Amino acid sequence: MPRELTQNRIQKIWIPSKDDKPSMPRTSHGGPHLANPPTVIVMVGLPARGKTYISRKLTRYLNWIGIPTKVFNVGEYRREAVKHYSSYDFFKSDNEDAVKIRQQCALAALRDVKTYLTEEEGQVAVFDATNTTRERRDMILEFGSVNGFKIFFIESVCDDPNVIACNILEVKVSCPDYQDCNKTDAMEDFKKRIECYRMNYQPLDPDQYDKNLSFIKVIDVGRRFLVNRIQDHIQSRIVYYLMNIHVQPRSIYLCRHGESQHNLQGRLGGDSGLSTRGRKFAGALAKFVKEQNLKDLKVWTSQLRRSIQTAEALNVPYEQWKALNEIDGGVCEEMTYEEVRERFPDEFALRDQDKYYYRYPSGESYQDLVQRVEPVIMELERQENVLVICHQAVMRCLLAYFLDKSADEMPYLKCPLHTVLKLTPVAYGCKVESISLNVEAVNTHRDRPDDVKRGPSTLIRRNSVTPLTSPEPNKKPRIEGLDDTIIREVTPTQLTLCTASHTTLALSTQNLKKCSIECHEPPQLCL
Amino acid sequence: MTNCPTLIVTVGLPARGKTYISKKLTRYLNWIDVPTKEFNVGQYRRECVKIYKSFEFFRPDNEEGLKIRKQCALAALNDVRQFLTDEGGQVAVFDATNTTRERRETILRFAEQNGFKVFFVESVCEDPDVIAENIVQVKLGCPDYTHCNTEDAVADFMKRIKCYENSYQPLDEELDRDLSFIKIIDVGRRYLVNRVQDHIQSRIVYYLMNIHITPRSIYLCRHGESDLNIKGRIGGDSGLSARGKEFAKALGQFIQSQNIRDLKVWTSQMKRTIQTAEALGVPYEQWKALNEIDAGVCEELMYEEIQQKYPLEFALRDQDKYRYRYPKGESYEDLVQRLEPVIMELERQENVLVICHQAVMRCLLAYFLDKTAEELPYLKCALHTVLKLTPMAYGCKVESVCLNVDAVNTHRDRPSVRFTNTHPLSMSVSLVLVKQASPIINLRTLCSSFTTQFGKPGCNVMFIALHVVDNKKINILYPYSTIKINLFKSTS
Repeated sequence: MPRELTQNRIQKIWIPSKDDKPSMPRTSHGGPHLANPPTVIVMVGLPARGKTYISRKLTRYLNWIGIPTKVFNVGEYRREAVKHYSSYDFFKSDNEDAVKIRQQCALAALRDVKTYLTEEEGQVAVFDATNTTRERRDMILEFGSVNGFKIFFIESVCDDPNVIACNILEVKVSCPDYQDCNKTDAMEDFKKRIECYRMNYQPLDPDQYDKNLSFIKVIDVGRRFLVNRIQDHIQSRIVYYLMNIHVQPRSIYLCRHGESQHNLQGRLGGDSGLSTRGRKFAGALAKFVKEQNLKDLKVWTSQLRRSIQTAEALNVPYEQWKALNEIDGGVCEEMTYEEVRERFPDEFALRDQDKYYYRYPSGESYQDLVQRVEPVIMELERQENVLVICHQAVMRCLLAYFLDKSADEMPYLKCPLHTVLKLTPVAYGCKVESISLNVEAVNTHRDRPDDVKRGPSTLIRRNSVTPLTSPEPNKKPRIEGLDDTIIREVTPTQLTLCTASHTTLALSTQNLKKCSIECHEPPQLCL
Repeated sequence: MTNCPTLIVTVGLPARGKTYISKKLTRYLNWIDVPTKEFNVGQYRRECVKIYKSFEFFRPDNEEGLKIRKQCALAALNDVRQFLTDEGGQVAVFDATNTTRERRETILRFAEQNGFKVFFVESVCEDPDVIAENIVQVKLGCPDYTHCNTEDAVADFMKRIKCYENSYQPLDEELDRDLSFIKIIDVGRRYLVNRVQDHIQSRIVYYLMNIHITPRSIYLCRHGESDLNIKGRIGGDSGLSARGKEFAKALGQFIQSQNIRDLKVWTSQMKRTIQTAEALGVPYEQWKALNEIDAGVCEELMYEEIQQKYPLEFALRDQDKYRYRYPKGESYEDLVQRLEPVIMELERQENVLVICHQAVMRCLLAYFLDKTAEELPYLKCALHTVLKLTPMAYGCKVESVCLNVDAVNTHRDRPSVRFTNTHPLSMSVSLVLVKQASPIINLRTLCSSFTTQFGKPGCNVMFIALHVVDNKKINILYPYSTIKINLFKSTS
C-alpha cells in the first residue's frame, strides 16, 4: 500500500508521512555513510605548490554546493606541537626527533579526519600535507581501507621557479613560522625547506606503482592534467572544478540592476523597467567601468528587463543568462511584503523562520537558487574580469560562494542597490571592496527578525544544495606522549566543537562613499 | 557565444572507439544547442572506392591507396570548412585515424588558415578483449564487410589495424605540449588533458570523462495519470487519479519482472511522480530539475482556455514550440538547459528508471535518440508507457512497453495553423494553413492580435489562408477579402 504524501511546509517538498507526522525525506543519500562512503582527499606535492590554496578553494566550493567538507592541515598541527619554529633544520630527513613529531602530527590529523567523517556528518575531508613519500601514502590508504573511506589524491607538480617564488612571497613569507624574519631570510630558509623534501619525493606513478589509485595530477598550474580512475560523482565534480580554476589575477564585479519601478513600489519580483534613479545609476556604472580601465571585461546580465537596461547603458557587449534571473516568488510575485503578509500570513511567517530553505508556493527557495546558479560560478572561475549585473537574492548566493558564507547567513547578506562589490582573489581568500556609486535608491533589505524561531535543520540531500561555511580548523590538543601510535585503535578522541568564527563582512550602505573593506582573509596557513 | 569555431580531431588506431566518441559527442553538443557535425573520412573513402576488396588497400606501401585516402581527407576538410564558415556550424568533428604527425600538421595548418581552434581527442587502448568486442559490434556489420563471413572479416580487420600500427605516432606530452588535447586511455580508466583553451573544450572534456560503455538500460516513463490530466489541464501539482494509481502498481510489477541489477529510481519534486515512485517500494531520489515545464500564466488552464485568453500566445507556441517561452514560464529550450546535469548523471550511472513528465521526457528522449529541436516537442510520450533505452553500437535501441492501463491522451500533434516568416520587421507576413483549418480558431481575432504585436507603422500585412490537401491540391479556403485586416500594399 503506497504511503500517503504530505508537503513539507517550508521547502514544499512531498514526503511520505508516517502516522500523519511528516518525516524526513527518504533518499538514497540521506542517511550518512551507509549509502555513500565518505571521501578523503589527499594532497600531494612539494611545499609551495599550491596544495593549501587548492584545499581551501575546493573545500569552499564543496561546502557551497552542499557537501560538508573540511580541511585538515598538518602544518597547523605541527605549529601546535612545536610552539616555536627555528629553521629549516626541523625538516631535515635525518632529524630524528622532528621526524617523529611530524609523524605524530599526521596521525593526530588523521584521527580528527576519522572523527569528522564518522561522528560529525562530514562527507569529505581534505588532508592537506606534502604526503610526498609512498610510505606516508600507503599509511593513509591503510587508514582509508580500515575505516571504509574512499581515497582521492590531488598532486600538484610544478617546476617553474617563477611560480614557486611567487607562491612563497604571497603566502609563506608572512606565515606564523616567519613572523620574526625579514623577507629575504624567510625566502632563503623556505627554499632550503623545499630541498629537504625533494630528495625523498616519490611522485604518483600512474604506470606502475599507483596505477590502481584514484587521483588527479595537476601539472604546471593547470596546463596539463593526468586523471586516473575516477570512482564516483563527487570525484568527477572535483576534477571538473579543478580543471576550471586558474590563478590569473583578475577581479569580479557584482552589482544589482538599477532601482526599478517595482522597487519604488516595494514589490517583489516581476519584470519592470528602471526608475529615473535606476537609469542614473546605469549611467554612473558606465562611468565607473570606464574608470576601472579593465582589459577585456565581460558583462553578464539576467534575462529580466531591469538588468538588461542597466547593461545597455554601458554600451559594451553583454551576455544574458536565464540562470541569473531573480528568485521566483511564485504566487507572491509582484506583491508588496504587506500584501504577502495579508494574503499569505502563514507563508510570510514560515519564510522568516527559515529563509534559506523556504520555497515560495510555486516558486523557488535560496536552496534552489544555489543549484541554478552553479554553472554561473563554474564559468566565473574560468573567466577573468567579469561584471555581473544581477538581483538581490542571486547576488547573495554568488557572494556566499566567494566569501564562504553558510546557508544560514546567505539570505541576510547586505546587497544594496546602486553599490558595486569588487572581489579580488588574494592569497587564500578574497578581498572585497564596496563601492557606492552615490545614486539614491530605496532600501530593499530585510534583516533577520529577532523573534524568529530557528526551524530544525534539514537532512543534506545530494540534489538540493545547502551551503555550509568551511569549518574552522580544530583547536588541537598538544601532542602528549610521543608513543601515541595508532589511529587504528578505536579510542574516541574528544569531540572538539568548531565554531565558524568568520569576521563578519560589514558592507557599506548607500550613504558611504567609495570605501575599502577589510579583506576577508582567513589566517595564513602553511606547512 | 561568439567564439571562433572548433575543429575536434580524433586520433587513434582502428577499433578504438573514435567513431563511437564522435557520434556521441556530436549528439550531446547538438542537444545543448551547439551546432555540431561529424565528418567521417571512412565514409568519403567508401564513396570514392565503391567496392572494398581487402586490407591491402590500407598497406603503407600502396601508393594508389595512399593517394585516394589523402584526397578523401582533403575533401572532408573542405566540407568542414563549408560547415563552419558558411553553414553556421560551431563544432566539426573530424573522425579519422589521424595517426601520423604529418597528417595532424596538415590539419593544424588548415585550421590556422581558416581561424578554427583545434582540439584533439585520442583514444588509446591495448586491451585485446575491448578491441575484439568493438570489431564485432560495429565493424562486421559495416558496408566494407557485407559480403564476408565473420571469421574472414575479423581476420582482415586485424590486418588492417596492423597497417596503421607501424606509423602510429601517439600524441606526446613533450612533442605536442602546445596542442590542446585529451588522451583517453583504456576506455576511460585514465585521461591526459593538455591545454584546455575555452568553455566548450572544458565541457567536452567533462562529458568525455563521464561517459562509459558498461552495458545498462535507462527506463523513461511519465507519472501515472493525474487528476489534472483527466480534466485536460496543463501543469499544476495534482495527485494520481485512480487509473494513475493502477499504473503505479503495474509499474512496480513491471520493474520487478525485469530483474534489474542495482536500479536507481529518480523522480521530480511534483506529487504525481513521487506518488508513482512510492508504489514501487524502493528508495528513490527527487530532482527539482525533472519538474514539468513551467507554463507560467497558463498553469492549470485547458488548451481551449489558453486559446481564448491568450490567442496570440497560443498561436506563437505552435509557430516555434521549441523556443516558445510561456509568459513567466519556460520554454523547451530552457528545459534542455535545466536537464543537462540530469543527462550528465545519467551518463555516469548504470541502470536507472526516470519517472518524469511529458515535456521533460521529450527532452531526455531527444538526447538519447538524437532528435532535432524541431522534432523534440512533438515526440510521442504517452501516459502509462515505459520506454526502455539500451545503448547499442553507435546508437540506442528503444523498446516501448505499454502497461495496459487506460489513460487520457495528452499529445498534441504539430498543429494546423502556422505563421510563416514572423520576423517583426518584415514587410509582409503571410498566414498559411496546413492540412486543415482548426474549427476553434477565430482567424479575425488571431490576425488582429498578430498585427498588433508584430505590425509596425508603415508595415504591410497581408494574410492568405490556404488549404493544402495531401500536399497536392491547393484551395483558397478563405477568400482574400474576408480576412484582410488592413488594406496595405503587399510585397511577397
